[in-house]
Amino acid sequence: MEYVDGNAMAGTLGELFGVEMTIAVGVCAACGNTGEVAALHVYNRAPGAVLRCPTCESVLMRVVRGPDRTWLDLSGLRTLQIPV
Amino acid sequence: MAGTAVLGRLTWQPAELVEAIDETSRARTLVFDVPEWMQHRAGQHLDVRLTAEDGYRAERSYSIASAPGEPLAITVERLDDGEVSPYLVDELRPGDRIELRGPVGGYFVWEPDRGGPIFLAAGGSGVVPLMSMARTRALDGADVPARLLYSARTLDEVIYREELERLATEQPELDVVYTLTRGQPEGWTGYARRVDGELLAETAWPAHESPLAYVCGPTSFVEAVAEGLVGLGYPPKRVKTERFGATGGR
Repeated sequence: MEYVDGNAMAGTLGELFGVEMTIAVGVCAACGNTGEVAALHVYNRAPGAVLRCPTCESVLMRVVRGPDRTWLDLSGLRTLQIPV
Repeated sequence: MAGTAVLGRLTWQPAELVEAIDETSRARTLVFDVPEWMQHRAGQHLDVRLTAEDGYRAERSYSIASAPGEPLAITVERLDDGEVSPYLVDELRPGDRIELRGPVGGYFVWEPDRGGPIFLAAGGSGVVPLMSMARTRALDGADVPARLLYSARTLDEVIYREELERLATEQPELDVVYTLTRGQPEGWTGYARRVDGELLAETAWPAHESPLAYVCGPTSFVEAVAEGLVGLGYPPKRVKTERFGATGGR
């Protein structure tokens, strides 16, 4: 399946976190790869978005938006450094 | 509709189309008036939200084409099976209102103080954020050496062709190189194939000049160019990428 990259999540994540999240740096819990959210592989041709590690393809983040809430799963990340 | 945008908080804002400019048979530039828009940085994008009468909503991201300080413009290419782009390219009229959210993105960004030399590689409508960088550079930073490699299917599908040729003529530090992958005009002496390692070796700055590269286009184009540049010795951190999927997109 075709993916895009984390740049495409800038609006959705920016609205949630209130800061520019594509330059946040995540560490993959599976392989330890460290990099910006912008470089993650994003599968978003579905009601939600799945963000995968560009090195090992593990699922790092999942974001599903409903009409009055957003569901965010970060369990694939060891850490996420957010710019403030 | 939420009220006034609070500084630093990203919200949907009403935008009025003030001008539409046909760029190619499939691409159109849309200039918007947004009363409380924050100034963007070259390379950033925005999200468009359309709401149908029955409440159905669709959102898409599009790169900003204008330089900071210029009227806010995006360029949209029509995807024939698209849900949003045919409306934006064919239907939206000056005076119509839609909603915009942005500017967003902090990774695929170039500002004159980042210096260069810069190597910009565009696949199709991936040229849009790179055009914002070229325009920014022309206004404020024309001494930064820049090369744009633009892969298009045909010459007619090259967006901003007149402006690119004018900039390249006026500015000795800017080179524009096309490769036409599907069809070439008679007498074409330029590149006529998909970007490969050899083509990059001939057009990109040598790695020892510490260039900064920005690559935007369909995912397969971006992967090929980014790998090719790393193969030429570019550090991966100096190759900024933005992928928009199989076709079209932003």
